[in-house]
Amino acid sequence: MKDSLKQHFPIYTSSPDLAYFDTGASALKPQVVVDKIREYYSDYGVNIHRGLYEASDRATTEHDTARNIIAQFIHAEPEEIVFTYGTTHGLNMLATSLGQDLKKGDNIVLTAWEHHANLIPWQQIAKKTGAELRFVDIDTDYQIDIKDAKKKIDSNTKIVSFGHVSNTLGSLAPANELIGLAKHVHAITIIDAAQSIVHLKTDVKKLDVDFLVFSGHKLYGPTGIGVLYGKKEKLEQLSPVSFGGDMILDVSYNSAEWHDVPYRFEPGTPNIAGAIGLGAAVAFVQSIGLDEIIAREDKLTNYLINQLSSLLNVQIIGSSDPPKHHGVVSINIAGIHTHDIAEILNRHNVAIRVGSHCAMPLMKKLGLPGGTARFSIGMYTDEKDVDTAMTALKQAIDLFTQIM
Amino acid sequence: MDDILYKDMILDLYKHPLNRKNLESFTTEKKSHNPTCGDLVTMQVLFDDDGKVKDIGHQGEGCAISQAALSLITDKVKGLTKEEIVAISEEDMLSMLGIPISHARMKCALLGWNTLKSMMNEL
Ligand SMILES: Cc1ncc(COP(=O)(O)O)c(C=O)c1O
Repeated sequence: MKDSLKQHFPIYTSSPDLAYFDTGASALKPQVVVDKIREYYSDYGVNIHRGLYEASDRATTEHDTARNIIAQFIHAEPEEIVFTYGTTHGLNMLATSLGQDLKKGDNIVLTAWEHHANLIPWQQIAKKTGAELRFVDIDTDYQIDIKDAKKKIDSNTKIVSFGHVSNTLGSLAPANELIGLAKHVHAITIIDAAQSIVHLKTDVKKLDVDFLVFSGHKLYGPTGIGVLYGKKEKLEQLSPVSFGGDMILDVSYNSAEWHDVPYRFEPGTPNIAGAIGLGAAVAFVQSIGLDEIIAREDKLTNYLINQLSSLLNVQIIGSSDPPKHHGVVSINIAGIHTHDIAEILNRHNVAIRVGSHCAMPLMKKLGLPGGTARFSIGMYTDEKDVDTAMTALKQAIDLFTQIM
Repeated sequence: MDDILYKDMILDLYKHPLNRKNLESFTTEKKSHNPTCGDLVTMQVLFDDDGKVKDIGHQGEGCAISQAALSLITDKVKGLTKEEIVAISEEDMLSMLGIPISHARMKCALLGWNTLKSMMNEL
């Protein structure tokens, strides 16, 4: 546990003093991912799909390998892995497709902490179909209120979709319980794993979830690539929402027959470098070991929360119990706007994110119009980063309490 | 700490804002939002019979820069006509603040000025 993992991340060579606390927005990229992408573009940067020459064959093989690595990582079958452009894309695909079957009287259950990506697509569907949106509330410890979920999920619930880990609070949703409630009423279940995928072990079989989506760039991979997992039988029932080449078996001027899953959901030339890069990112995570990563992150979260709690005026927006945080710790400082906190931290090379974190309804609910100052960590974050951040925070607090 | 951005005048205006109030009666009102930092401001202006600003108020949430800028611009326009307010330039606003404003903070610095300007143009 002693040796730093920073050595794997080239950004620390160019910016050795960076204290990066914005992994929740995007994780840093390890050298192996950069190399893998460069290798694709320099050595075999051509299209996939059965080009009858060597470079295309290699690209196709690497693309397939990436799919296999990712499938194994979440305990799925390769044909259950659809490459998307990210979480937002995956959720839009699901909302657009599943929304076709909804009607007035049906309801869609989300939670109070959804990222806009798992909110706005459903709002659009609700508007179009007349279906009702319901939101499972959070309790005083910023956790999902399962009693409320029992009230909100009923026989008219057709879809239950929730953020596995809140990108603002760091809280973990009780996935098994929510999915159990949804199954009881035969609702389709969707997990937005954008935050959880990098901090927790994801086993789609154990979760028994119908669909699960995440982004590559929050998992030490490239931007512009994501994954939509779907149980094979659920994918087969899902109608594609975008159309074009490579998704079809047979085409005439007036009709087309879909290719098998997952290909029918991947029309056009995909983000080949992105998929290959994500495969390398997942292989890298596995080479370090998720157990090791989780152990490091738990220890660090504990340290971070203890340090933050020791500062006067700092309020943790989230559970006061460190183990209930998964990579994310949000704070509010009385008398200092979050934007000013970020500005002062930046002068110390401390990168945090402030504002509503694409969860405006939650911010309004919590009465925090300026949002929160969010610290999110990755495998590379260490105690020295936390110490740097604390020095900067103390300075911000001093500056703003000087004049009273 | 010596800080060019958070100099005493800015922090002082943040702690003790000018014209931060709700007007009972006003000629015009506008809400504005700067989503990058959550700044939300409502400005109200009351003109007198000669078409000059008799009173002005602002309320809302924002960072030190946006709040200080709001205090400054609201104080500046008292007694001015609509035309005189519209004539206040971006440079004027920034020089009132008197601090170097980075690209990232420009929206904060200009929130009040922008809101006021579009209010006047809508009159
Ligand atoms: C919980 C959650 N859902 C969805 C998203 C959207 O991810 P992306 O912007 O990669 O599509 C994010 C990223 O901020 C997130 O944290």
